[in-house]
Amino acid sequence: MNSLARWQRPEFSAWTGFGRLTNLREEIDRLFEAPLAELARSSQLLSGWNPAFDVYEDKDNLYVRAELAGMRKEDIDISLHNGSLSISGERKADESLKEAEVYRAERFFGRFQRTITLPTPVSVNKIKAQYKDGVLTVTLPKAEEAKPRHIDVTVS
Amino acid sequence: MKALAQHEQRNREQGTTYLSPEVNIFETKDGYVLEAEMPGVSKDGLEITLEGTEITITGNRQAEQMPGEALFQESINASYRRVFELDPAIDTTKVSAKMEQGVLTLTLPKSERVKPRKITVD
Repeated sequence: MNSLARWQRPEFSAWTGFGRLTNLREEIDRLFEAPLAELARSSQLLSGWNPAFDVYEDKDNLYVRAELAGMRKEDIDISLHNGSLSISGERKADESLKEAEVYRAERFFGRFQRTITLPTPVSVNKIKAQYKDGVLTVTLPKAEEAKPRHIDVTVS
Repeated sequence: MKALAQHEQRNREQGTTYLSPEVNIFETKDGYVLEAEMPGVSKDGLEITLEGTEITITGNRQAEQMPGEALFQESINASYRRVFELDPAIDTTKVSAKMEQGVLTLTLPKSERVKPRKITVD
């Protein structure tokens, strides 16, 4: 005779959200590489907040630019580890509007994290960061050995 | 009550491509609060026009000159624009705006005559 299995109420607290779907998406990304990556980036629904990042380079510096509107300076965290630059942070909603009725909610609040592998070594002590008009710009001076150098060859 | 219905707009106007900023809209007892996300736009690049019951928000990006060449670019270097239709209860003479770290906050108070008020009986 079958034993009566106890029926369990599905628990919302045990619901893992879209995490599993995100993993699946990453798997698909890995299979198709670039073509799907762009599409996936435009959809923040599954992955959370995904701010736009740019990387520029000139003779002396690398520049990492991130569009992080409406954050507090203290909530942005920048770290460098083994030639990888990590930028993370959390954006918080305005507490005073918690009671208000919501008509439209398109802005994303919560955490983000991005790690960028830097193409050249940088001088760690001279890194500068500026946050203005909702745009974070990190200036990373290239290490001396990574700068292009002109060598005069004298033929005797 | 129908409030601040979004007015669908074409993204291309006069040949310029605009980005549509992401917004949050709240209703409080005194009026409405609209937050629009426009990273890269300073106070000077902002243009807000009221015409009849329509409010147009335009955010012009500073012509930002990043040195060197781009190795990797995700951001779209375009200005922002979005049009909203206002609730007629809003007192358009009292609209105020604030710009902070790329987020515009518009405060749109309701006019005194439509606010709920208590009438005391003598």
